Amino acid sequence: MKKLNRRSFLKGGLAGGAAIAAVGASKQAVAGTHNFGGYPDSMGVLVDLTKCVGCRTCEAACNKEQDLPEPDKAFDDPSVFEERREGGLPRRTTEKAYTVVQKYDVPGREHPLFRKVQCNHCNEPACLTSCFVNAYKKTPEGAVIYDKTVCVGCRTCMVACPFYIPAYSYSSAINPVVKKCIMCYDTRLKFGRPPACVEACPQEVMTFGKRKDLLKLAHQRISDKPDAYVDHVYGENEVGGTAWMYLSDVPFDKIGYDTHLGTQPIISYVKEFLGMVPMVLTIWPALFTGFHLLSNRKDALKNDDNKS
Amino acid sequence: MGGRKKTLLGMAALMLLTAPLAAQSWAAEGPGTVELGSLANHYSAVTFDHAMHTGVAASCAECHHHTTGLAPIDPNCARCHKAGDKANRVACKSCHSDKRFSAEDLAKIEGNPLLHHKGKLGLKGAYHQKCLGCHTAMGGPTGCQDCHTRNDKGDAFFHSGKYTPAPKASAEHGGGH
Ligand code: SF4
Ligand code: SF4
Ligand code: SF4
Repeated sequence: MKKLNRRSFLKGGLAGGAAIAAVGASKQAVAGTHNFGGYPDSMGVLVDLTKCVGCRTCEAACNKEQDLPEPDKAFDDPSVFEERREGGLPRRTTEKAYTVVQKYDVPGREHPLFRKVQCNHCNEPACLTSCFVNAYKKTPEGAVIYDKTVCVGCRTCMVACPFYIPAYSYSSAINPVVKKCIMCYDTRLKFGRPPACVEACPQEVMTFGKRKDLLKLAHQRISDKPDAYVDHVYGENEVGGTAWMYLSDVPFDKIGYDTHLGTQPIISYVKEFLGMVPMVLTIWPALFTGFHLLSNRKDALKNDDNKS
Repeated sequence: MGGRKKTLLGMAALMLLTAPLAAQSWAAEGPGTVELGSLANHYSAVTFDHAMHTGVAASCAECHHHTTGLAPIDPNCARCHKAGDKANRVACKSCHSDKRFSAEDLAKIEGNPLLHHKGKLGLKGAYHQKCLGCHTAMGGPTGCQDCHTRNDKGDAFFHSGKYTPAPKASAEHGGGH
């Protein structure tokens, strides 16, 4: 119910053009969601970065499971680790790769540290709360999924996501749509099976289980081997908690994790952002693009009835 | 404790990796080689030279924890498992599940409130963490195909070998944003 409130607020506020007023009135609705903490029996994945050897089997498994296009390079080609995008940053997730492994050379560490990146499946996802057309859904199993027939390609979720996860498919002009890891929901999670990347990993870097059990396991691993880990389970509290959580032997801020996100769901920040920045400049262009595409979509779908 | 450990050393050589046989049925030495193939899919089976590794490892407990009756190396394990408590089965796969995250296995773990080893590695993770961990520390081979050759199915899976993508004229990395 809480989510419905938030989403209907966003939708009503924006579509009705009374956004600023609604932002002011939304404080209680937003504050009321802070204790949600996710579905009680939802599943999650604990990623132990100390075990990852950078073999990229997880990337190959994701490519196959999600039926993604052929990669630019073989999945055993280590040269991808040296690729840099703007700002000297390592690879990130794209519409062709829902997960990527990054390499960090950490001074004083004997071997490089490898870090698998994919959607973190937030308990209270910013992508979901920011979406005007309710394309996103947090399932009771823990996955954050989206309905590609509803997505209008406005890209607001890309801006809202604190982990820069959703990518955008440009491959079709009529059907631009957001693309990201869905925790293998359609093919695996909803049938009680672990994600493909989890199962494929030779090192069992990832542990699949109930989120609440994984938290216990994570803290037990730290207390069993206090010298092997920093005392922080990334994702336990960040942005209200995420289904995918991380253990590391290197402080998280040294290996590309944002440690200043706070423990409140991102909707709070989005709300303040919306309050501070004139709506017209930030959201409306995207929104209008969205509506335009939505009307195009209907025609496209008529001719495309048997697909998807 | 040290003295008892010594007397048990001879018995500790009783071990094998894959066959779920009782350790007692073995004579005073472990198997020569063991074919590790129960998980083979994208790679061929591993022919594990057990005899060679018993020569390299300081103790059977390096790989077999406490199951051969030796004191475990990890002090956390030693809190409960004393030397002398020999397990009926010492094969990796008799304890490490080959379907670790299946619904059945997760239910089994959850349904047993007395179970301490809730986070026990699956078979694939146990093999690789143990083998690669030691190989990395001791300078042994660490490449995937140093231990098992990849088959055609594996090449296709990795888009490698004859399935390697043709180089793109202007590859666009990090697209989609
Ligand atoms: S498959 Fe496992 S070990 Fe290999 S890169 Fe992925 S997470 Fe790391
Ligand atoms: S990580 Fe980003 S895309 Fe994934 S659920 Fe969280 S906000 Fe959404
Ligand atoms: S959970 Fe599934 S979709 Fe997500 S990265 Fe892993 S294989 Fe890809």
